[in-house]
Amino acid sequence: MNGKKIEPLSGNHSVAYAVRDLDVDVISSYPITPQTAIVEKLAEFIANGELDAEYIHVESEHSALSAAIGASASGARVFTATSSQGLVLMYELLFIASGLRMPIVMALVARSLSAPINIWNDHSDLMASNDTGWIQIVTTNNQEAYDLTIAAYKLSERPDISLPVMVVLDGFIQSHTIEPVELEDRDKIRSFAPKVKRKYTLDPEKPITIGALGDPEWYYEFRVQLYEALERAYKAFAEVAEEFRSYFGRYYEPYQTYYVDDSDTLLIVLGAHTGTFLKAVRAARDEGIKVGLMTIRLLRPFPHEIHKILSQYSYVGVADKAIYMGTPSGSYLASDVMTSLNIEGSSTRVISYIYGIGGRVVKLEDALYIVRNLWRISKRIEEPPKKPVFVGVRW
Amino acid sequence: MPIRIWDIPRQEYFYSGHRLCPGCGAGIIMRHLAKALGGRGIISHATGCVEVSTTYYPESSWGVPWIHVAFENAAAVASGIEAAYKVLKRKGIVDSEKEVRVVAVAGDGGTFDIGFQALSGMLERGHDVLYLVYDNEAYMNTGIQRSGSTPFGAWTTTTPPGKNWPYGEWRYKIRKDLLLVAMAHNIPYYATINPAYITDLYEKILKALSIRGPKLIHAFSPCTPGWRINDDDTIRVSRLAVQTGVWINLEYENGVVRVTTPVPRRKPVEEYLMIQGRFRHLDRKAIELIQKQVDEYVERINRLVGREVIGPVER
Ligand SMILES: Cc1ncc(C[n+]2csc(CCOP(=O)(O)OP(=O)(O)O)c2C)c(N)n1
Repeated sequence: MNGKKIEPLSGNHSVAYAVRDLDVDVISSYPITPQTAIVEKLAEFIANGELDAEYIHVESEHSALSAAIGASASGARVFTATSSQGLVLMYELLFIASGLRMPIVMALVARSLSAPINIWNDHSDLMASNDTGWIQIVTTNNQEAYDLTIAAYKLSERPDISLPVMVVLDGFIQSHTIEPVELEDRDKIRSFAPKVKRKYTLDPEKPITIGALGDPEWYYEFRVQLYEALERAYKAFAEVAEEFRSYFGRYYEPYQTYYVDDSDTLLIVLGAHTGTFLKAVRAARDEGIKVGLMTIRLLRPFPHEIHKILSQYSYVGVADKAIYMGTPSGSYLASDVMTSLNIEGSSTRVISYIYGIGGRVVKLEDALYIVRNLWRISKRIEEPPKKPVFVGVRW
Repeated sequence: MPIRIWDIPRQEYFYSGHRLCPGCGAGIIMRHLAKALGGRGIISHATGCVEVSTTYYPESSWGVPWIHVAFENAAAVASGIEAAYKVLKRKGIVDSEKEVRVVAVAGDGGTFDIGFQALSGMLERGHDVLYLVYDNEAYMNTGIQRSGSTPFGAWTTTTPPGKNWPYGEWRYKIRKDLLLVAMAHNIPYYATINPAYITDLYEKILKALSIRGPKLIHAFSPCTPGWRINDDDTIRVSRLAVQTGVWINLEYENGVVRVTTPVPRRKPVEEYLMIQGRFRHLDRKAIELIQKQVDEYVERINRLVGREVIGPVER
């Protein structure tokens, strides 16, 4: 089949279409804005016979992930989705899903955390879960949300990986925004990501014990194996992306750079505002401001190799949409970047910008402010701040 | 024809060598649950004594497939397992004839308290799962703390008797009744079981497994350190619970409540209380209060059954 089908789809529906065509077996989920439209669409697909799956209308997110673990342990291909409070209600199970090495795929439609209650977008939920042992793939547009949901299953179910994957899309900015999305043929998707028969499942004929008590003699080894599986996932992601390209023609790297060759400094961002920052970076060029841009697509495992690019600069900036409370950088992403540089003995300094918290509107001027500020620091026109720069906050 | 002791299969699926305390009531229950499941079931187990004592990696006492995920979600995990098999059979990935009985197991803490929401969700959604609660009337795994099932007057480490709390579990109250929980959820089957009545126990588990839909079994489960009883008092205390009316072996099916162990003449509750260290601090007044509680409970069940199946106290 050659005729590509392009549909106007919201980010949420992009994910739902991918899940439908991946022939997922079990869906368990609890509604929360801005994720809800994903599981509504999936319910619709099931209701009208477009998808043959069991839909578990669980009574909480805690049970959503619990049921997903139970189903996954039984050999089913499972899906769940959540946001914000839902994700933190799952928090206990996030560690267990990865610790038990369950290939579960979850869409995280990123939203702020309470209090005060706020349903709008930032990365507080995502960042609060970035040490849970999950692979985290952050998408920047709806095509990516669709494509990377498909790729996520392939990656998650690889026997050498067997890890849960979070596919992240930004609440409202992606989830509720309609973009043209190129949809792939169902059979082609299934031949790209066929269901992998797992070696160990709950089967009355072959009894095994899952989730045993691991005493000090054993627990450590399990955790290190998890660490190493995540490390392996870095290369595996690249391999899956390569295969994805050969099937569908679109290519996704763990991180992507723009204008790095001739820039004085580099700004690192994450998620749907990549487009805004790209626009700002381009606009700034007219003022003679040469700032490069990097967007991180694979947040976990963290793309440590970015240090090679970053250490060419005296200063790099990180714009994060979550506040890392009680830390000097104030930013999860900046702290990760600092660690990568520090391990390599690089003297590159990291400037931490915080923006868009709780859905605070991010205008082109805000992005331009960050770009200009970073450039001035890199040119030593301005002193580098020793604290995070809270862009757009009223003091 | 009721099951007789020699009808219970000899084949074991819950192996010895586990680390449960000598005399643990739950061990007896698990052993018979595993026998009843044989090679046709899957157990989703909550955190608690049984979980930590039977799966000390790299060993396991379980000859049936078994999964532990967390404390409060045995019912949710079981829901996922049941749903998975349903769809995998439908899609022909698993043989549609394959028998897979899904069971969730949790202690009273994991059922009455922290796991109550997941239990209710599972029952309400109608999953074809048997939920079995082994009720030792406290959080035993963390060292004997009060749970929503701890009876009035019982000592636990968080309800110690003292100047202001003369009776330990200080509040005069009747604990949550799982029979009513089952009725409120309109489920097809609910039963209580007790290790002193092993054929009744085994028969009810078998029966529950043969019924489609959500089933709830409430098991009386003595805990030797928690109740401060001797290792060889487990069955004695279990039987006394029934003989005094503290525990009633019953069955609820198709809207009908049936008592499976009638007790024409009850023993005074004191006999049950006084062989347990956890009640030894109680005075006459407290014992009378408990007797009154039991009388009321017995009356309620008699009313539900429609005749006197549990008789009066004979002193
Ligand atoms: C979320 C959470 N809170 C607390 C605990 C600690 N914890 C483990 S087992 C347990 C008590 C279990 O009691 P119960 O369900 O009655 O089973 P038992 O130990 O008596 O067999 C507690 C409180 C936990 N594992 N998880």
